[in-house]
Amino acid sequence: MTRLVSVPRREFLKLVPAAGAGLVIGFHFGDEARADTPPPAAAAAAPGAPGGTFSPNGFLQIDAEGRVTVWSPKSEMGQGVATALPMVLAEEIGADFATIKVEPTWFDARFGDQDTGGSSSVRTSYDPLRKAGAAARAMLVQAAATRLNVPATTLAAEQGMVIHVPTNRRLPFKDLVADAAALPVPQDPVLKETTKFTLVGRPMPRTDTPSKVDGSAVYGIDVKVAGMLYAAVALSPVFGGKMVRFDDTAARKLPGVRSVHPIRRGIAVVADSTWAAFKGRDALKITWDEGSGASESTLALRARCEELGKSPGKPFRQDGDADSALQKAPSRIEATYEAPFQAHAPMEPMNATAHVERDRCTIWAPTQTPGWAAMEVMKLTGLPREAIRLNITLLGGGFGRRIMPDFVLDAVEISKAAQAPIKMTWTRPEDLQHDYYRPYSHHRLSAALDDLGLPVAWKHRIVSTSISESMEPGNPHPESDELACASDLPYAIPNIRVEYAPAPSVVPRGWWRSVDASQNVFVVESFLDECAAAAKKDPLRYRLDLLKESRRVPYPGSDMVLETDRLKAVIELVAERSGWGKPLPAGHGRGLACAFSYRSYFAQVAEVEVTKGTVKVRRLVAAIDCGKVIHPGILASQIEGGAVFGLTAALKSGITVDKGRVMQSNFHDFEVLRLDEMPRIESHVIPSEAPPTGVGEPGVSCAAPAVLNAIAAVTGRRLRRLPIAPGDLAS
Amino acid sequence: MPPYTLRINGGARRVDVAADTPLLWVLRDTLGLTGTKFGCGQSLCGACTVHLDGTATRSCVTTVAEAARANAITTIEGLSSDRSHPVQKAWIQEEVPQCGYCQPGMIMSVAALLNKKAEPTDADIDEALGGHICRCGTYQRIRTAVKRAARNAAGPQGPRQGGRRQMPPSPPPAKPGGGGR
Repeated sequence: MTRLVSVPRREFLKLVPAAGAGLVIGFHFGDEARADTPPPAAAAAAPGAPGGTFSPNGFLQIDAEGRVTVWSPKSEMGQGVATALPMVLAEEIGADFATIKVEPTWFDARFGDQDTGGSSSVRTSYDPLRKAGAAARAMLVQAAATRLNVPATTLAAEQGMVIHVPTNRRLPFKDLVADAAALPVPQDPVLKETTKFTLVGRPMPRTDTPSKVDGSAVYGIDVKVAGMLYAAVALSPVFGGKMVRFDDTAARKLPGVRSVHPIRRGIAVVADSTWAAFKGRDALKITWDEGSGASESTLALRARCEELGKSPGKPFRQDGDADSALQKAPSRIEATYEAPFQAHAPMEPMNATAHVERDRCTIWAPTQTPGWAAMEVMKLTGLPREAIRLNITLLGGGFGRRIMPDFVLDAVEISKAAQAPIKMTWTRPEDLQHDYYRPYSHHRLSAALDDLGLPVAWKHRIVSTSISESMEPGNPHPESDELACASDLPYAIPNIRVEYAPAPSVVPRGWWRSVDASQNVFVVESFLDECAAAAKKDPLRYRLDLLKESRRVPYPGSDMVLETDRLKAVIELVAERSGWGKPLPAGHGRGLACAFSYRSYFAQVAEVEVTKGTVKVRRLVAAIDCGKVIHPGILASQIEGGAVFGLTAALKSGITVDKGRVMQSNFHDFEVLRLDEMPRIESHVIPSEAPPTGVGEPGVSCAAPAVLNAIAAVTGRRLRRLPIAPGDLAS
Repeated sequence: MPPYTLRINGGARRVDVAADTPLLWVLRDTLGLTGTKFGCGQSLCGACTVHLDGTATRSCVTTVAEAARANAITTIEGLSSDRSHPVQKAWIQEEVPQCGYCQPGMIMSVAALLNKKAEPTDADIDEALGGHICRCGTYQRIRTAVKRAARNAAGPQGPRQGGRRQMPPSPPPAKPGGGGR
């Protein structure tokens, strides 16, 4: 349950000095179970934390002018939180959406968990925002009722006014704020009926669009502070390598170069401009100790994973007895799949601006996790929490890359060494070669079919370079971010066994948009099509047969439950809208894939054309059930963007490693889908009043398997390694 | 290090930078025009696109010395003072941006395209924007918005007269080295 508190003005001004007077309600963004046990970053709340034992991390203010402001702890990285979250709030308050302001937060323990990721912002903020908005509305209405001496039940709040419905008398919020602020905050305000929403569900203008078409939007890379210098870095070209020595004689002679500073993982050049810093960095002569990482390569890793895949992994799903069912089966289908490392490559290269002074540190950074970054900055500088001010800028793409605090720490180290405010900017090669990559994964699958051609046994052994082991060597749960959409296989198969084994690698891994779903849906939905093909069944019919019975499939180790009826519904919708089964021109084919991802149900049909071994994706049709839709335009954008991200990984690029180095350096060898290769994308939605679920990531998962299934439908060729290579379809 | 005069967004700005400095960094670091973005440094992504005498040009591989020879440099900040350029209006109407980082470059290329071809075909759009990258995947909306921008520019009277037929010249080829490493 979301608790609400009235935040006294003097307390609020300590947090937001410029806020001024008004009605301020504190609530809790995100999972409130964490409110009483704050995340480590907020463990010792700063003195003066408002609200006593309950520390709200979300703040809604209606100021003396009646304007609504909400301080959002969620970073805007294109996914639309700066629009969707205030829409929910404005809906419940009855505010005028055009006047609502969403202010970014900065790192402060009082904002609690400020992480943005996991397609969770709307899902976890929906209830708290509604409740806080409804409380504000109830207080304004009560103030109006007293003023007009009428029953509160005769009043409604709309467009920034409280209206006495029988007489149409109207009181703007600004006339009611002072009285409302003196009232107690209702703990159980009546929420609007979701079917009567007038704002939520409509494509309201995005709050961030105007600044993104005139160049005024400020991303991390655009920050400028007084006296600021510019920094470039050289990091070890080999993972885990260390700098042995450097010669900066030539670099220091270059115009504009101010100073050179070794940092923990490389060396930095500080200059009067970014260009001078880049040139200075290029002029450094650096000797690296490459260390043991120099022996790592994609080929060696593939061999290692194949070897590991020969032995049983640790089981994480055991329904029936898959091994004996496979042994008894007259015939088995077996296949091996592989997905490469992937880079995030957001268009804004990594950067951060930092100013370390004797007793404080100020940072401007495009980050998804200010709390983590700040905690690491505390360790690095020895400064207390209160001395660190981390301002969160717009993010020029995140996709999970900006969860990692590494680039913020580089900037802090450089500022400390240079004793000046600096803005550090990476080049694209650094961005591609010093990422935290989507894991490399290797999959062995086997299935046995019954007389009707349906699987009676399914065994999936996953070997991957675990994210959690990369974050924390020796982590007892290397499987924690590797099994989604594999261990919760939705199909009615009596014998299922899903195993996992981690593969060691020196290559750093991280969370890449849709994380484990990005590789597991590719594998599972491709292999299911292989089963359907072996059974000579239509892939759509096959899936529907396996989902015929209404079941609830728990996700092992989580509170998530997959409802097969909802998955079936998106498959049926996408089949209908894509014209599944209708004739296509020669050389064209359709493929289907589905996923339960970030608590949403998603299905996609790809239509491809294969000509002389070249694949052109013509059309992608998607259907989603993500509960209540807040903003249909943003939803469609996320589905389109997710598909492009997935298509890039399927058709264009992967990260390969040789001699411990990433072989790709820029967009000529890390190619991404471009406009002229873009298929037509259609998105269809299952109407729902259920609480909203994830939207940012589910759209990534199905693009690869839908396309590969379509290629198989046209050519009979099953491609099992991503990204597909030009020779894969050569005859 | 001679000072250069850049005729930019309707004014003249004197800058004192090394001759090999890319226009991109002069705009961003020296002149504070940060709407022009750095994405790749090698003319591979289009985020840094500006106009040199009306032609879409990659500022990351155009030196300040070359730029100083142009009669008019236009950046996203100079396209209009109030987001009223037909392309900006179309971008708002179609809600194109997600993270938005690549969009100034896209908008500048489209503005140059429409100046030369009032009613671009899909092939024209592919050619003008094939060198741009949007990692958020806004391409579908971009194509729709380009067509809408063409209608915006035409107004109720139909296509503008005098739209030249030839295609915009290709951006300068990638140059290795320098900041691109």
